Amino acid sequence: MMDGQPQTATVSWENGTLAPLDHLRSERADSPTPGLVEGTEPGAGQKSAMFVHAQSFEDLSAEAEEETLRAAELDESAGQCTEELKALVGEKNAEEQLNNDFSAESRTKEEDVTSETWRSHRKHVFVLSEAGKPIYTRYGTEEALSSTMGVMMALVSFVEAEKNIIRSIHADGCKVVFLTKSPLVLVGVSRTCQSDRELLRELQYIYYQIVSLLTLTQLNHIFQHKQNYDLRRLLAGSEYLTDNLLYRLDRDPGLLLSAVTCLPLASSARDVVSSSLQAAKSKNLVFSILLAGDRLVSLVRKKDQFLHHIDLHLVFNLVGSSSSFREGEGWTPICLPKFNTAGFFHAHISYLEPTSELCLILVSTDREDFFNMSDCKQRFLERLNKRSAYQSLKEALKCPSYPVEQVGIPELRHFLYKSKSSGLYTSPEFPVVYQSDKEQERLMGLYQDLHSYLHHPTRPLRSFYRCSETENLMAWVTSGFELYLCFSPLGTKALAVSAVNKLLKWIRKEEDRLFILSSLTY
Amino acid sequence: MGESLPRVPRGSQHPSNTLSRPVQTLRVKMVLLGSSGVGKSSLALRFGKDQFKSSSPTVGCAYLTQVVHLNDVTLRFEIWDTAGQEKYHSVTPLYYRGAHAALLVYDISKKETFIRAQVWLKELERHYVPGSTVIWLVGNKGDLTEDRQVSAQEAQSLANEKGLSFTETSALSGDQVTELLQALAHRVYECIGAQQGGLSEWREPSLVTLHHKDTSNPLASCCKVGP
Ligand SMILES: Nc1nc2c(ncn2[C@@H]2O[C@H](COP(=O)(O)OP(=O)(O)OP(=O)(O)O)[C@@H](O)[C@H]2O)c(=O)[nH]1
Ligand SMILES: [Mg+2]
Repeated sequence: MMDGQPQTATVSWENGTLAPLDHLRSERADSPTPGLVEGTEPGAGQKSAMFVHAQSFEDLSAEAEEETLRAAELDESAGQCTEELKALVGEKNAEEQLNNDFSAESRTKEEDVTSETWRSHRKHVFVLSEAGKPIYTRYGTEEALSSTMGVMMALVSFVEAEKNIIRSIHADGCKVVFLTKSPLVLVGVSRTCQSDRELLRELQYIYYQIVSLLTLTQLNHIFQHKQNYDLRRLLAGSEYLTDNLLYRLDRDPGLLLSAVTCLPLASSARDVVSSSLQAAKSKNLVFSILLAGDRLVSLVRKKDQFLHHIDLHLVFNLVGSSSSFREGEGWTPICLPKFNTAGFFHAHISYLEPTSELCLILVSTDREDFFNMSDCKQRFLERLNKRSAYQSLKEALKCPSYPVEQVGIPELRHFLYKSKSSGLYTSPEFPVVYQSDKEQERLMGLYQDLHSYLHHPTRPLRSFYRCSETENLMAWVTSGFELYLCFSPLGTKALAVSAVNKLLKWIRKEEDRLFILSSLTY
Repeated sequence: MGESLPRVPRGSQHPSNTLSRPVQTLRVKMVLLGSSGVGKSSLALRFGKDQFKSSSPTVGCAYLTQVVHLNDVTLRFEIWDTAGQEKYHSVTPLYYRGAHAALLVYDISKKETFIRAQVWLKELERHYVPGSTVIWLVGNKGDLTEDRQVSAQEAQSLANEKGLSFTETSALSGDQVTELLQALAHRVYECIGAQQGGLSEWREPSLVTLHHKDTSNPLASCCKVGP
């Protein structure tokens, strides 16, 4: 039973919940009515200051569309290539393929590319140069796949010659999506039910991942001088970053929502952390970021400089994928492609203690700023200790999430709530029914579907409700927030609708702890 | 197997004359160079904590410090553990410029890493002032005797020819690692420490005046290269 409401229709339970327009924390707390207008929703930043520069999903994929131009209407001759690609990914039913236990640690590089297992992976990703040289493959080795990459290049150039830029091919049960981002070509082959658009968005992330290591300027320079250059030389040893990013794209709600989540922390403690970061400034320091695992604790930025959520996710991916920052202090060039594809920033990356989850990232514009950044860290630590905030921070680390029961809605199992104006989201821990890796991935898949419906390029829905044997799902988007809910299959739609209001009130009550409401600059 | 180094337990050489006169602490800038995966970070971890654990490739560079006590002086090694991956090579000059000690590390089970170490040597020779840098050739993964591709004799004769010191180590077993650092400390102190302005003195930063001014920043004099 499916039931979607197009964006134009009025949704009865939206009425009568207009929010107050003031943004002050004290007053916000008094008015639990959830806001429908961007900037007043629970979790919205104060003074409409953007916390993370959260370009909307539409902006992001519109960009992808511009570059891919018109969709290619594949004619007969392209059909031949389609056949080959179909053979490439096998004819198996997608349902059978769900138990793909790829984990970030166990890379299946040595896999035989002619084997059934290789074909049966749910999502393949390939990166090639415009000359058709293999650069990256998610599974198997690039060498073993050069003929496959050849087929892809043939397809791309065929359609380009027709003055169409190839966008996607649908063969039964699988989709092939192309993203041409000169000098790279990215190809996704998927048996999931994700839309072309979602797949394109994922390819874009991979593109940015590569740019963040090399800068676009350097990429262009290399291929201008040598069209045939084997880029794997420069990317050698960093494939794990792309592997991990792909893993996260399947699992991390933040990447789906274009948002970041925070470590729940009493606002008084967070304020001390933030002001300590703010005080530890330096001439060329642009961003100070404190992370607890995958959660943001605080972010301070230079005035008028905004960190895009994609760049922040790339930083998360770099820090989370590498154990090398555990020893000593890391100092590395890093390009933040949404900020500037042309140049490198220099990031000082270190954990506050060797075994701690707390990682401090100080981003400077100056490559010779190491000792200044090291100083900033010392000053930050001294302040933190002096004001005994470090202890409360360590306490907060013990419960980095919360059980959904805290909300007090009986049939509610899980949810994702994103405040659009702040670019932050909150979500409880997975309940027992979704404890296994496989179940978590399945739930994320369901959220991805909902997300596709809400962000459909031509027929976006404002709200959506679906029952199944395993769970009932609901999604709702307003100009202020996006909400995805998962209920037990025993729930009813009426119950789900009333749960939304209750949940929004709860988030409003807890927003001080779950979100970062004030955005600090040096 | 290279130079046989005296086995000295760390810290046992504490000066006996501490009471009569305060021991000076001198700063030594040291850089670790070599192909990705030869074990530079593993050696650095042995130097500092006498531990071994597998970790991922270094991103950019890692900075660590390690204090070594000699008879009448304490050396504070400021170690720049560089990334061997090619994409980071353009930033490496930042770290070897002005270094008092450079370890050229290769993996005895991989010939190409030995060749790569020689390329690093050439690059160093283009930039360093003779007598201002102690260069040490280090054949790591000495435990992998079965897979040896570079003989100790071969490396020793290269060292002799170029006037380098040479040691084979195993970061895995810890063999010769502490000894290497001790011997290096002696050599650096003999060769550079005695010179006028050879090594600068380290002062515990007081909490208030922690700000490094450009004069104390060893990177400040580096010229702009790389990305
Ligand atoms: N058998 C053996 N393995 C070692 C030894 N030292 C390091 N390794 C292993 O070699 C691999 C690479 O070691 P690293 O210390 O990360 O190498 P690196 O030179 O720092 O590499 P980059 O940071 O990429 O430049 C790791 O898996 C280590 O466990 C050793 O002495 N013997
Ligand atoms: Mg290393």
